[in-house]
Formats: sequence, C-alpha cells, structure tokens
Amino acid sequence: MSSRDDILARVRKNQPPPQPLPTIPTFDIATGSALETFKAALLRMGGKVADAPADGDLDALIRKLFPDAKVVCSATPEIAGNRSLDQVREPSELSDVDVGVVRAVFGVAETGSLWLTEKEFKVNALGFLAQHLVVLLDPAQIVGNLHHAYRERARFDARYGVFMTGPSATADIEGVLIHGAQGIRSLTVILLAPRKRSTRSRAPSG
Amino acid sequence: MKRIDHAEASSRFIKAKDHIDFHDKRLWDLRKKRDRVSEQLPEWEELRSLASAIKEHALTHLGDYLEEFERNAIRNGAKVHWAKDAAEHNQIVFDIMSARNARTLVKAKSMLTDECDMRPFLENRGIDVMETDLGERIQQLDDEPPSHIVVPAVHKLRTDVARVFAQTIGTDPKNSDVHYLAESQRQHTRPYFLKADAGMTGANFAVAETGTVVVCTNEGNADLSVNLPKLYIASIGIEKIIPRVEDVGVFVRMLSRSALGSPITQLTSHFRAPREGTEMHIVLVDNGRSERLGMADFWYSLKCIRCGACMNTCPVYRRSGGLSYGATYSGPIGVIIDPTFNLRKYSSLPFASTLNGSCTSVCPVRINIHEQIYKWRQIIAERHQLPFVKQEAMRVAGKILGSPKLYRAAVETAGASLEHLPRFMMYTRLNAWGRQREVPAAPQSTFRQWYLKNRSKR
Repeated sequence: MSSRDDILARVRKNQPPPQPLPTIPTFDIATGSALETFKAALLRMGGKVADAPADGDLDALIRKLFPDAKVVCSATPEIAGNRSLDQVREPSELSDVDVGVVRAVFGVAETGSLWLTEKEFKVNALGFLAQHLVVLLDPAQIVGNLHHAYRERARFDARYGVFMTGPSATADIEGVLIHGAQGIRSLTVILLAPRKRSTRSRAPSG
Repeated sequence: MKRIDHAEASSRFIKAKDHIDFHDKRLWDLRKKRDRVSEQLPEWEELRSLASAIKEHALTHLGDYLEEFERNAIRNGAKVHWAKDAAEHNQIVFDIMSARNARTLVKAKSMLTDECDMRPFLENRGIDVMETDLGERIQQLDDEPPSHIVVPAVHKLRTDVARVFAQTIGTDPKNSDVHYLAESQRQHTRPYFLKADAGMTGANFAVAETGTVVVCTNEGNADLSVNLPKLYIASIGIEKIIPRVEDVGVFVRMLSRSALGSPITQLTSHFRAPREGTEMHIVLVDNGRSERLGMADFWYSLKCIRCGACMNTCPVYRRSGGLSYGATYSGPIGVIIDPTFNLRKYSSLPFASTLNGSCTSVCPVRINIHEQIYKWRQIIAERHQLPFVKQEAMRVAGKILGSPKLYRAAVETAGASLEHLPRFMMYTRLNAWGRQREVPAAPQSTFRQWYLKNRSKR
C-alpha cells in the first residue's frame, strides 16, 4: 500500500464520531470609523501613515520621506520611481531596492493589515527585499475585521497573497522589539483613492 | 531509549539565577500581554469555542478533508507527497532537492521539521540548510534544539547570543547590543536568500477548499524563502487541515493574540500555487498523528495551533526551561503530546505540572490540557513507568490515605516526629519536596485532636 493510502486508511479507521461544522458570525462592532481604527492599529504594529500630497506629486513625497534612497521601484502607475519591474528576470535583481511602492487591494481596520497579491507586487520579492515599502490604500477599501476579509472567497484565488501588517519585526532576543528583521525596515501607508480608470495598464518605466 | 529526567535537567537551568529570573519574567510578560489583547475582544470566549469546534469537525472528517486538500493543491499546480513518518519525510525532501541538484535550502521555522530531525539528515547528505528565523538561527548556530515553539531562544540572554554569534558569524564578542546582533544576522542571512536553490516553510493552516498553505510569521523570512528560489517545499502535519477560507479568520484572530499578545503577526502569507516558472511541493506528514487520532482521551491534542500560550502561563515551564523536557514539544502541550511518541522515554513529563489548569484556561482551541496530563499520569502509573521512589511513596500514601485509622496514627506521629527529627533525616534524597523548600513548623495538635476537644460535643 502506498503511504498515501496507508495514512488515509488509518485516519479513517481512527476518526472519532463526526462533529458539526459551525457557521461563523462576522462579530461586527458599531463604534468608530473604520479608517481611524485602521490607522491606530497600523501604528500599533509599527507602521506609519503619510498624508497624500496636495499637489499630487507622489514621487516628490517619496524623495522627501526617503532622502537617501537611490533606487525607488514602483509596482503602481501613480509613482514612476527609477527602476522598472518590466525587465526583471530574477527576483534577486531587486536586492538593491531602497524603496518599493505598491497599491494594496484593501485594508483591515481591526489589525491595520493590507492585502497584497502577486498582481499588485508584480514581483513578489519587491515586498521583502526592499529596505522600505510604501503602500497606497484607497480609504474606501477598508473592511472592519478579519472575518469580513476572509469572507470574499475570490480574493484567495491569487497564487500568493499576504496580509502585511507593519514592517518585518522580531523580538527573539530578550523580547527587545526590532523593526527590520529579515524583510522591510519600515512600512508607510499613503491613503489615496486610485486615479480614474485609464486605458493604460502598465507602470511607466523610469 | 533513555528516560528523560525532567527534574534533574531543570535543576541545571535553575542554577543559572539570572537566566531563570529573566525567563520567568519574559514569559509571564507574554501571558499578561495575551490577557490584555484578548480582553479587548468581547467575542474572545466565543472565538475559542468556534476554533475548537472547527478543529473537532476537521479532525473527525480528516480523511475527506485531506483528499480535498490534495485535489485542490494538485489542481493549483503543486505536487503532493505523503510521509508516514519522520524518516520518509526527510527522504522525500532530500529526493526532491537532489533530483533538481539543489544544494542550499533557506527555511522558515517549522516545529515539524524539528520533530523529524530533518536538518542533520540533509546536512549529512551535503545540503546547506539555513534557518532564517532569528531565534531558530541562534539555536542552529549553538547546536541546540529550540526551547520554545514560538520564541526558540527565549532561554538565552543577549550575552549568550553575542557569544554564539562571535564564534560563528564573526560578530564582536564584546558587543551584546540587541540591535547590533539582529542586524548582524540580517546582513549574514541576506545573501543566502538571494542564492538559495530551494525554500521551505511549515504551515499554520492548510485550507482544504482551496489547497492554500497559510504561514504566520513576523520576520519576513518565510516570504523571502518562498518568493526567491525556484523550488518551494512546504512540510505540513496532517492535523493542520481546516475546511474553509473563512475558518482562517477565526484562527488568525487568535493565534498571535495568544502567542505574543499582538493582534496579528506582521505577515500572514497564503501560498496557493507556484509562481510562474517555479515548483511547489507539499509534504503531508503523519508521524504518529493518525494513531493519536484514535486515542479516545488524547486526540484533542491534535487541535493545537502551536501558539505557546500554555507554555508562557505554566509555572513549571517558566522555571525549568524548554530544554529540560528533552523533547521537540515542551511545556504543557509537550507533556501531553510527547508520551504518544514514546511513553517510556517521556514518562516523567506528565509529572512536570502542578495541575493548576492555567494551560487549559488560556488555550485558544480549548484543549483540556491539565485533564490530559492527569490521565497520562494514570496510564504511566498503571504501566509501572514511575520511578521507584515515586512508586513506593505513592504505594505507601495510597495505603495510609485509604484507611482512616492508619491515617490518624500517621498524622499524629508525623507531627511529633517533625519537631524532633534531625535535618539530615528529613532532607534526604527520598524527599524531593524538601530539596528547595523548608517544612513549616508542625502545629501542636492535629486537626482531629483539636476537633474532638473543641467541637465534637455540639
């Protein structure tokens, strides 16, 4: 017998009497605005929030936030940056990126999390090899809690998807919290609705 | 197989005063943080019941859900392997790698691969295995197993880490600044991510309806391990299967709150299908789990989501350290899992508990941990796996407690003799209790003598 059949046979032989599968409520709470809850939760997890620039010049804002950054690589059309993702053959080519920029699909108020998939990153490693990450989020796209986030089954058809909540972190030595463990050292959210739909779908190279 | 002597092993840890004080405080701090964040959710107790019910449903339908998961994973383009035991798991991983001439493996933390002792197996066959979680890496470099399932190096102080890193990755032995140490590991590890042939993770949850592997981490190391190499291997214990995507929400809301007192891990990653042009392999591992599923009193331990809350709250764990358990899983959850692997070897572990029930009350999936500990004690006593001293003491105690006459006589003489016994007779090797404690002064009369004198006439 193959190991597969052997394991399944033993599992079926030993399964205790069947128990029912519960339905899951959404545990909505009526208090507070989703946006304010989201901001507070994100700050608590070590993330930052930056105001969208009045003049709409996001590239200038990123230069201001990261004056020492040499390589800015953007996966979203709102920001040009100076490194294109179109020619990337191997994800390791992004190892010198100082600032990555990406637009999240939606946010979760309860935890301050951002949902990102391979579609948003274009190259998944952008979200981890970059030293810093800037994430654009439409303030209208924030759900209350994780139950709502996990209810929309279609979102999970992505090959890869991640809830990012603040920068990478560790407290493995004496419980001292350090931001910038193996992945990004900082995460900055800019609350900004996407531009009106245009025919262009690819990021400009710069 | 040598029997683990938990009390003896912990005595070595207890001797290092600054270590044990810090360990105790750090873990209790995690417990307090867990209390704070769980109290913020009015639905916390309801979530625990839901989590428990989902797991019990999944485990009582495990055969069907395993097949559903396999079907969907294959449809996603992953290759699914099945391993009966640790040896088969390790061989499968090695075969996948060697068939592709893969020589370096970057891996995220996985208790399952520790359980299977995979690292030495691969290293002996010429594969360079890099643990990329900071705590797990410290333990790898110090050639020690993890002492805690969530914070693997929690028993070490910064000076210990400075010593290990100085000897292995060339840091300044005099610099024990935590930021410096963590940054040094980041710089040291980064090139491995860029050049590794293969990446590996365990799984927190495996979703049957989509074939998705869910991994909860903080450091970013799991996502780097998967998103750079051309080959990804996920090792998953068969009990990690949950039915639906929406079930993930229940567990993710509880996992990090229970473990570290944070609302969520920095990263909750969902690996469903390989990236374009790469391979994804899933190894489903039994290694005793199907047998445990058939144990009427103990199958509930398979609900465990490995948050470590029971360890953080346990007074025995906090004051003895994870390594003293001599097993992959330590603390209360280890105490009830380890004997299923080897009853004789781990027969002392169910006695490493005060039975205070704190583990049960913090468990996010409502495992009746302390009741299972008590049941293991009965089994171990029945099968004569108790050490001689404990066995004799229990036999005598059983006799005395079973007879009121004998009991009264014993109590009266004990009270009298406690006052007069010289120390060398009382604090003997047979009296384990007296090793770290002083016996309080005995009262002048027994309760029964007092009662007969003062109350019995009413």
